[in-house]
Amino acid sequence: MRLRTIVPMAVGILAVGLAGAGLRADPVEDKLVIDGEVELVTRAKAPEGHPFDEVVSGWHYRTDETRALQQDSFANPAMLYVERGAEIWKTVQGAAGKSCASCHGDAAESMKGVGAHYPKWNAAAGKPVNLELQVDACRKNNMQAEPYKFDHADQKALVTYIKHQSLGAPVAVDLTQGAMQSWWDKGKDLYYTRTGQLNLSCASCHEQNNGKYIRADHLSQGNVNGFPTYRLKDADVVSLHGRLRGCVRDTRATTPKAFSDDLIALEVYVTWRGTGLAVETPAVRH
Amino acid sequence: MATPKPRVKVPAKATKGEVITIKTLISHDMESGQRKDKDGKPIPRKIINRFTCTFNGQPVFACDMAPAISANPYLEFTAKVMESGTFTFTWVDDDGSVYTADNTIAVQ
Repeated sequence: MRLRTIVPMAVGILAVGLAGAGLRADPVEDKLVIDGEVELVTRAKAPEGHPFDEVVSGWHYRTDETRALQQDSFANPAMLYVERGAEIWKTVQGAAGKSCASCHGDAAESMKGVGAHYPKWNAAAGKPVNLELQVDACRKNNMQAEPYKFDHADQKALVTYIKHQSLGAPVAVDLTQGAMQSWWDKGKDLYYTRTGQLNLSCASCHEQNNGKYIRADHLSQGNVNGFPTYRLKDADVVSLHGRLRGCVRDTRATTPKAFSDDLIALEVYVTWRGTGLAVETPAVRH
Repeated sequence: MATPKPRVKVPAKATKGEVITIKTLISHDMESGQRKDKDGKPIPRKIINRFTCTFNGQPVFACDMAPAISANPYLEFTAKVMESGTFTFTWVDDDGSVYTADNTIAVQ
């Protein structure tokens, strides 16, 4: 007689220990000063309708070493991208024989504070555009060059460079323009919608559990004022849409496409949540 | 990646006997030789394998570098300066290229 073994199937039940009493730590009290000169606002009074009283930069949630890296523009690895972006700014590309500088001149003047107001309503496109899409539109219409492939190193470098010109400027998205409010509403819906096999929303981590640890990671409020940001785990600069896609993937949901309407709406809403914080681009996180 | 570009930060001035901090950074892929390309072929190793710093020809600091060191290696070290002079920094690439930088310091 053949011995039949019944193999008990181990049914793995995913218990995500978010609701339980996790290890908690307050964000570190410290001041963000770049090169001992430029002090950046990392805590701001929340805008009306915000779930928190105070918005706090993710910088406060990182270790001493990581925070120090961002405070020294020589040690900040993302400054290499800024340098590269400065070269791209001056490089002629496309059939029209133009570079960014041909129209916009010196970025230190023409782009100062600009990045702090994106995403921005664009009447021609009939939707909000972020910096990446604005650059692509410029390339297409004015330079007659190909738009960048998503997360191409040159796209990240140029956007980092442009946003870096707003270092210290407070994040301020104008919701009164066009249909921005409805995109904000859509973004808010998405922020609170649980997705994926892990059934998590953005709010599960960054609102209800910020300050707690998810494994070794200290959950921040998820503000995006430092993007594009240098992530030590990637040893690379990470774009906002790259990060949002990573977050969604981690919930084990179908990952939305970069610059899709869903992610643009989410960008509008998430950027608004960091209203008043200084642009930190390029921030350093782990 | 573009041609490796060295960057160095040395104080412009110091007092005699002061211990100064020197920061160096070079943009470099530091390709470890362990990775494979899309077709499964190994990507050959190409790293900065040696770094040296001299002051007026005298050795100050040097090190060998290994494949596990991440891209754009950053090195920070200290030196005691007794006289004005020039720091010379060299980075040696696997392909034989040598990248250099010079920085002068005025010591009072």
